[in-house]
Amino acid sequence: MNEILNIWSYLSEGPLLWLTVTLFAYLIGLGCFNLSGNKPVVNPVLISMILLSALLKLTGTSYATYFEGAQFVHFMLGPATVALAVPLWQNWQRVKAAAVPMLAALVVGGTVSMASAVAIGYACGLRGELLLSLVPKAATSPVAIGVSEAIGGLPTLTVALVLITGVIGAVVTTPLLNALRIRDYRGRGFATGVAAHGIGTARAFQVHGTAGAFAGIGMVLNAILTALVAPLFVHLFF
Amino acid sequence: MIFHFGLFLGFQLIGEILARTLSLNLPGPVIGMILLAVLLLLQPRIGHAIEKTATGFLSHLSLLFVPAGVGVVQYLDQISDIGLPLAAALVGSTVLSIAAGALTFKYVNRLRGVPDETPE
Repeated sequence: MNEILNIWSYLSEGPLLWLTVTLFAYLIGLGCFNLSGNKPVVNPVLISMILLSALLKLTGTSYATYFEGAQFVHFMLGPATVALAVPLWQNWQRVKAAAVPMLAALVVGGTVSMASAVAIGYACGLRGELLLSLVPKAATSPVAIGVSEAIGGLPTLTVALVLITGVIGAVVTTPLLNALRIRDYRGRGFATGVAAHGIGTARAFQVHGTAGAFAGIGMVLNAILTALVAPLFVHLFF
Repeated sequence: MIFHFGLFLGFQLIGEILARTLSLNLPGPVIGMILLAVLLLLQPRIGHAIEKTATGFLSHLSLLFVPAGVGVVQYLDQISDIGLPLAAALVGSTVLSIAAGALTFKYVNRLRGVPDETPE
């Protein structure tokens, strides 16, 4: 027993354990997703999040200790964002051809996201900094944090709202767009990237390369739109 | 492979430096992405060299959100008393935004007389 405790205390201090566990939790999530016949509700990110959180709770591990290991995965978000240049380049002719509908969808989708989040939040009794924290929730998290700070929201809360928005978007986008009978992967992907940033983009790549490429562009453009428009929006309505 | 990742990291680095020195409101990786896209349009050779790595890397984009997602689950306890209004706002606005964006894309195309790209 003592032996086991010693090994545990050695492993739980280093990054190896939680890095490995993160990868396997994701593989389990992916396995469930594949087993379900790729049902969007069985989202691999959601499953691995829940599995890992339960495991942290069971073992009494703090998030700080967990992140020592998981930070290597988290770090790759930066180079992955840069790598989105490749699908953008591959689809460049189609992107140029669809510039007008994309810009229209960006302005409408981005504005609806901010305005409806604030309106529903207000109707449900949220006020002040809680409401402000909702404004940039569709943008990719580094942008959302900066915007939240600038407009007087709570950046930590905004990070949570951004991630939850991404998971919601990833789960609802396929059934929603099927119900609306929208079949064009460019529009489907783009709207998902605008509304649900990187997690929506990851979902779009699961469905189709074209959807993924356009989702990546939607994410980047809405990051720019949010950074520019959110302060104006707040100035007008608060 | 090393060159490919070096390229992604290098452009992120350039992006971070530009974001700081020009105090742009955009994250370094987003600037790096735009610059790399420009390079690829000018030098398609490089694009063809890295596209396999990029596609493989991006097919597991989901994995990269897991650590931050676990952080959010930890944080949920702290916001549980405002959980319902926040959930309503997030679900409602995300559904409306996706629907509004995709419908706009479709109908603007239709107004311009451009046919939908329907999947094979």
